[in-house]
Amino acid sequence: MFKRKINNARRNPFAAILVIAAGLLVAGGGYAGATAAVSHSTAGAYTADQVTEGSKLFLANCASCHGKNAEGTNYGPSLIGVGAASVDFQVGTGRMPGQASGPQLMKKPVQFTPEQTEALAAYVSSLAPGPSVPDEKWTATTGNTTRGGELFRINCAMCHNAVGAGGALTEGKFAPVLKGVEAKHIYEAMVTGPQNMPVFNDANLTPQDKKDIISYLKYMEANPSAGGEELGSLGPVAEGLFLWLFVLGGIVAITIWLGAKSN
Amino acid sequence: MSSKGKDLVTGHDAEHEYEAGLAVVAPDAIKDPGLEPHRVRMTDKSEKHAKNAERQVTAMFLTSILGSAFALWAYFAFPLSETDLGTVRSNTLFLGLGITLGLFGIGVGAVHWAKTLMPDAEVSEARHQTRGSEETRARAIEIIDLANQESGFSRRKLIRRTLYGALAFFPLPGIIIFGDLGPNPADSLKHTMWRKGTRLTRDPYGTPIKATDVTLGSVFHVIPEGLNESEHKLEEKAKAAVLLVRVEPEILKESDERKGWSYDGIVAYSKICTHVGCPVALYEQHTHHLLCPCHQSTFDLTNACAVVFGPASRPLPQLPITVDAEGYLVAQSDFTEPVGPSFWER
Repeated sequence: MFKRKINNARRNPFAAILVIAAGLLVAGGGYAGATAAVSHSTAGAYTADQVTEGSKLFLANCASCHGKNAEGTNYGPSLIGVGAASVDFQVGTGRMPGQASGPQLMKKPVQFTPEQTEALAAYVSSLAPGPSVPDEKWTATTGNTTRGGELFRINCAMCHNAVGAGGALTEGKFAPVLKGVEAKHIYEAMVTGPQNMPVFNDANLTPQDKKDIISYLKYMEANPSAGGEELGSLGPVAEGLFLWLFVLGGIVAITIWLGAKSN
Repeated sequence: MSSKGKDLVTGHDAEHEYEAGLAVVAPDAIKDPGLEPHRVRMTDKSEKHAKNAERQVTAMFLTSILGSAFALWAYFAFPLSETDLGTVRSNTLFLGLGITLGLFGIGVGAVHWAKTLMPDAEVSEARHQTRGSEETRARAIEIIDLANQESGFSRRKLIRRTLYGALAFFPLPGIIIFGDLGPNPADSLKHTMWRKGTRLTRDPYGTPIKATDVTLGSVFHVIPEGLNESEHKLEEKAKAAVLLVRVEPEILKESDERKGWSYDGIVAYSKICTHVGCPVALYEQHTHHLLCPCHQSTFDLTNACAVVFGPASRPLPQLPITVDAEGYLVAQSDFTEPVGPSFWER
């Protein structure tokens, strides 16, 4: 019955237009979908639906601190112009939504699905232009690790430790460990300067510099320390403790045995 | 005095009170308990235990052999590779473990052998007195007198005095040579590479920085232009390293004489801690604190880098900056005070 209807409709003068329109829709939509799959995280690639969805999520989860229009309140900063990268970092690492106020918002289990995070990012980036989520080209670990190591030691190591083992700051704040952090989150942190971290914009460290730094960190993560057990890479504190307890303890034990008489 | 000073002298012996040195000798001092009674070892009592101990020592020496063999095997089994630093790890670890076992086995075995199987007869040897006998002391004085007579040291005043003079002059050249231990730093501690118009450039590649590059909350690690080409690169960098930060201009508390030292909220401060010279580069974007990682000296960037915590005693010196015709950040002059830790002439 359905078939017959189509056969009848074929003769309709609008049929040609309809067929052409359907063809265009399939071809164009397919192409758009394919492109989106390749570079779905590049700037401005968000759909209106994502923005609407993000806006709803924002009102339900973020507005109590950041304000209904992300204008900021006494409890949270304005998010206008912070960009998609900031949202992807804060929400994607679980730091946002914040759990309790304190010296520093902690990393915790992620509260939103990747789609929801993307929708939130879409909403926030629709408010004003800001840093976008990095292209995968810049988060690949194929950069120059030697150069990355040099840049890391100059720009990052004073807080994050020479191999990214983290370190203490003032009044309970700290620079977190960089091992096990996703490459894109490292990139986003550099671009946006979350919490007390300063910003390293593209004029300071170019995307290539950032890629090299990420490559260095990932190399350090993948390759064990040539010097043996790292003891957290924390330097003299952990190593000193080990020496005092185990090595000196061992020496004391051997000395006691040397001096003891045999049974 | 007892026969030839072989016996220990106690503090109660009035004649030998000097032996106590500075110690206070209590009249009710604990008596020397003497040696504890000899205890016969199990290995001396039973042949079975002796056999056991022998086996243990043998096992330790065998372990040593195994350790050394393991080290030999490990050397070839974990070769070093020039391209993979990670190979150092297993090579060093297993080679070291083997050698340790090789040496440790010998040592432990030897000690165990001595303790269990070698004779354990106890022998006591009394200490000698530190003071010589009266005869020895008298003889020593005799010798000194004789030497004085024969050499004429007391009699020939001229010789004696010129010898004193020679001995007094002898060390003088040495003292002069000390002056050559290092170049005179002159006023190099008070100046850096920064001059009027020197561009601020990125560490380490030396590319110049535009004021517009430094966005709010940004931190740039800065070296003076031309540092990479300078003759004493590291010495100059150690003095001239600068941290560049942009904050909202209205939160900067600037004194009248420093009003023109910043550019639109961009400030440049020496990165060398005024405590002992570590690089102060831990910048907190929201508190605007600069923290030194070595001793936790904390500086308030918005308040001329005044010390807010820690052992540093002076604020970080500020580099006066402005922009040149092309929009690049340049220094207005050198630092107006010496950078880094205090020194005598400061």
